[in-house]
Amino acid sequence: MKIEVRGLTKKFGSGTAVGNVSFVVHEGELLGLLGPSGSGKTTVLRLIAGLEVPTAGDIFIDGKRVNDLTVQERNIGFVFQHYALFKHLTVFDNIAFGLNIKKWNRRDIEQRVTELLALMSLEGLGGRYPHQLSGGQRQRVAIARALAPRPSVLLMDEPFGAVDAKVRQELREWLIRLHTDLNVTSLFVTHDQEEAMEVSGRIIVFSKGKLEQAGSPADVYEEPATEFVARFIGSMNIVAGVARRGQVQVGSLEFPAPGFPDGQTLQVGFRPYYVKVAEDPARYRQQAKLRHIYFLGVAYRLEIETPDGLILRSRMNKEEFRRCRFTVGQAVSFAVTHFRILPQEGTDGTISSETGKPITGPLTP
Amino acid sequence: MRWLLIGIVWLYFLVLLVGPILYMASQSFSEGLAAFWTEISRPEALHGFTLTAEITLIVLVLNLIFGTMTALVLARQKFWGQSLVSGVIDLPFAVSPVIAGFMLILLFGPDTLLGTFSGRAQIKVLFALPAMILATLFVTFPFMVRELTPLLHTLGTEEEEAARTLGADEWQVFLKVTLPALRWGLVYGATLTVARAIGEFGAVLVVSGNILLLTQTATLHIYQSYVDFNYVAANAVALTLLAVSFAILTVLEIAKARAESTVAEAGAQ
Repeated sequence: MKIEVRGLTKKFGSGTAVGNVSFVVHEGELLGLLGPSGSGKTTVLRLIAGLEVPTAGDIFIDGKRVNDLTVQERNIGFVFQHYALFKHLTVFDNIAFGLNIKKWNRRDIEQRVTELLALMSLEGLGGRYPHQLSGGQRQRVAIARALAPRPSVLLMDEPFGAVDAKVRQELREWLIRLHTDLNVTSLFVTHDQEEAMEVSGRIIVFSKGKLEQAGSPADVYEEPATEFVARFIGSMNIVAGVARRGQVQVGSLEFPAPGFPDGQTLQVGFRPYYVKVAEDPARYRQQAKLRHIYFLGVAYRLEIETPDGLILRSRMNKEEFRRCRFTVGQAVSFAVTHFRILPQEGTDGTISSETGKPITGPLTP
Repeated sequence: MRWLLIGIVWLYFLVLLVGPILYMASQSFSEGLAAFWTEISRPEALHGFTLTAEITLIVLVLNLIFGTMTALVLARQKFWGQSLVSGVIDLPFAVSPVIAGFMLILLFGPDTLLGTFSGRAQIKVLFALPAMILATLFVTFPFMVRELTPLLHTLGTEEEEAARTLGADEWQVFLKVTLPALRWGLVYGATLTVARAIGEFGAVLVVSGNILLLTQTATLHIYQSYVDFNYVAANAVALTLLAVSFAILTVLEIAKARAESTVAEAGAQ
């Protein structure tokens, strides 16, 4: 079922946890709410569930306004960060809890729970208590319990937050498969950008209770709408300079910025893999010194320092790195091949050039 | 050195606890089993036991209900004056039971509003069962609250919220989630309440008037027999109460062990 929130606002005392947020979760979608801790994403989830009452704004589930419905009446499945399994009940009874409340008959309950145990690869664990399970198993019991009464939407708060890294990877893949199989509209909260990228069909990025950007993982990564998104998702070099005659000059680097008035300070962002580095000082126009080499497993990261003292990160694949034979401290040349002018944090997220078009573009080295 | 310390603890334990109990037991049976039986089956003694049981049962039920309610409100709600209420709950621990009884006397005395009111309504409070119950409630009130509040904090609200998202109403949340989490705390609190209610003397003495066959509880009967130089009676009734207390203590220890293993399980999560 489709979820829609319009102008959702939640204030706690004098603070605003969620400020005027609107977005849609399409039917059958797996959407990730991404943001640092304290960004209000969990509050959004709790508001949709009915565990918190909004200060302003409307929530629609399947086109129906649910503001005045209690949490019990909203027919949502909720997975808590620390699972919140009933410690005194067995796995079977945990999963059957919602069904018992809804007065299903015993035969149907047994059938549904058995079905879910199989779906969650929990066969044979029905008689165990939560404390006898591993973290990954508990998490799957929590999802099974939430899914048992056939909720119209599934809400998950940091579903992978409390398990270790290896199990987390397995659970992510498992959740994607489960979602593909069941196709229930799902919304999950995470602070881990990699997780959001991998699991979600679409991502909504939050910061300080505000929606920063919504889009596919690729959109959010390649075309960050704000400086915050650029900094939060992936790694990005961000430099600041003042616009002059349609250009931003940052040390010896120049970026075209047509349409910006002279004197405006602009943030320019570029991903590390758009910084090309060569050991031949004549290869590219810009000069720098190689400060550090980091081995990342799949690639290398180079840290270079320009004569103006600017420190930039570059990413290089292994083959290229081996051809170059870098040594720390040597002089190198570099070029930025692609960049993006970022709106300032604190503005409303629209691109601030006069044309209203985002300024991005390839640069000829 | 180690043996010396252990020896001191043993000696202390024997002289202070075991010795008096054994001596009392031997005195109870000093005139034979028959005399012991006569003393505890005497109408005055039986009436004392019955009265103590009545008071204990009523106080236990009231404490289970209101103690749980108070703990829930203190742990789950935020309200003005919360820290004051939370602090005052321990007051009965600090105040002498005699003072507690005296406060009731003042409160329900013939010249007060409450006293006049109960007098008009033909309800005898002082020197009757109601005052004895009120006095016992006063001294036992903290036990339940003090056992349950930390358990409620440990439980947190997530399990309760999970139950709500699964469709449970507030009453179902309480019965199916909150109460099971509190079960060992309830047993523990109930045991302490019962032990204290059975043994209460000072507060009850002040408000009851110690009227034979009317308001004389088991502990008051022991006191009266002792004052009247009927040592066999005093010893016999005391030994009986002691046996009850010992049984309760055993229940308490079992409950404690179970509660601790539950906490360990929770900790393992």
